[in-house]
Amino acid sequence: MTGVAKIFRARQAMGDIVRGMALVARDGFSARYDLDRVRGIFSRPDHKLAGQSYIGRVLVLDTAKGGVASAWMLNEMTSRGVIPLALVFNSVNPILVQGAALAGLPMLAGFDEDITAAVPHGSEVEVNPCGRALTVLR
Amino acid sequence: MKLNDEEQEILAGTYGPVGVKALQHQLKVGEFFGAEDFVPVTQAHVMADTESLGEAGVRWLEEFAAASEDGGRVRVPTITDPRGTDFAKAAFLGHTPAMLDLERRAISAFVKLGVTMTDTCINYQTIQAPTRNEHVAYGDTGVVIYANSVCGARSNFEGGPSALAAGLTGRTPRYGFHLPAHRRATLHVGVDFVPASLNEWGALGATIGRIAGNYWAVPAVEGIEEAPRSDQLKHFGAAMASFGSVALFHLAGLTPEAGRLSDVAPAGLPSHRVTRADIDALRSCYRSDGRVDVVVFSAPQLSLFELRDLAALCEGRRFAVPLLAATSPQVKPDCDRMGYTARIEDAGGTVLSGMCFYQSYAREIAQANGWKRLATNSVKLVNILGGYGYHPILASMEECVDAAITGRLA
Repeated sequence: MTGVAKIFRARQAMGDIVRGMALVARDGFSARYDLDRVRGIFSRPDHKLAGQSYIGRVLVLDTAKGGVASAWMLNEMTSRGVIPLALVFNSVNPILVQGAALAGLPMLAGFDEDITAAVPHGSEVEVNPCGRALTVLR
Repeated sequence: MKLNDEEQEILAGTYGPVGVKALQHQLKVGEFFGAEDFVPVTQAHVMADTESLGEAGVRWLEEFAAASEDGGRVRVPTITDPRGTDFAKAAFLGHTPAMLDLERRAISAFVKLGVTMTDTCINYQTIQAPTRNEHVAYGDTGVVIYANSVCGARSNFEGGPSALAAGLTGRTPRYGFHLPAHRRATLHVGVDFVPASLNEWGALGATIGRIAGNYWAVPAVEGIEEAPRSDQLKHFGAAMASFGSVALFHLAGLTPEAGRLSDVAPAGLPSHRVTRADIDALRSCYRSDGRVDVVVFSAPQLSLFELRDLAALCEGRRFAVPLLAATSPQVKPDCDRMGYTARIEDAGGTVLSGMCFYQSYAREIAQANGWKRLATNSVKLVNILGGYGYHPILASMEECVDAAITGRLA
């Protein structure tokens, strides 16, 4: 990824522009099922990101899983600073959208390609909800 | 989004500051999903245990409650999902004074907002089941999938903030499962066996949920001939929602929108077959390594009939490890009155009211009591508790009761 930034267009978007490192997996996401929200790490043993810190990272994942708790938990995590920088999904359920709306967390969803295959794990990305764009910077 | 006169008045503050905040939140969500307008709802159901809310969520609720003094109580019947504790059993569970204080603050705020504290995730069995085509704003995925699929009602997953907003405004953005187009099946699943126990119904739901894979997928299931019981579909739906984030399924010839398969399933859908071997494979992921530290019946809360069955299994037995059974505050008095509570608790078990195990600081309960190996017949519960540091074990109700007696499960 030298020189030319690659841009992916999202159909659904919310929040402010942010830049950060992408944590990428084909797995789903639920704040209750997958996270140790005290330590700020993925704690579900069979999640591909198990043991990794999500704090300040752009999570690029397949879809929202699990129950409704994430709608509150994203706000609670934000209040303690133990929160991802942004959420990017192939598809998203209402719970994470409602949670992101309450927490003020940037979110993109709905791409023409499998976004978890298109974005390299560990790459620097820009999430631009106004432009409905995810840019891989390097 | 198009706003009618009443919605413009809400947004202008005519009904107080709480309505303004609630509608603004709903507009953000509705615009994300491309909703054209709002749809009136008749009920809201708010999931708001304090483990999820934390201090920040409770403060948010208290700000709403304080603002409601200038106008802004709920406009439609608004009820609650299980709380984060059973105050009568908090010491036994290891809940701390700080947890209980947070619970009391949340309850106080809800009451000020006019919310009815039902504390149940089986409101479709205990409070008032919605009717076909009734638009509602339900929280708890198990409640939504049952209401949509079995009752034919119309709801999206509404997390706590959005469900409360719907209660306060009396409406919700019209997208997703409020629209007929999204209620059509997107995949066909053939089943060639009938589950026997509740954990098998849950395992079947989980397997279909994994195949479906996301919120917008709607499985049309064919091959179940006889009408399942409410408790069977409760476990089936709760597991499907838990494993797949699925909010609606159809059972050909059984559920209200699928009198015939062709009513909901266009020709040429992707088709899958689920066999008993598939659910055996899922169950094998939650095997015992011998020891059991605690047995839990919860997720969803137990009906009176489940408690009757459990009480019969407990009669005259003596448990070596704790056995917990969670039910709703509506069912608990009947459980007491029928003698079921006494039979379970005489054996050394505990019947909990108004809470659900995983919504009640499950990680802290484990640390306080030294529980790791947890046996249950709830497929939803085994799916959740791995992330909380448990070794969850899936077994039938009978096997779980036997495990409580011996402290072991083969």
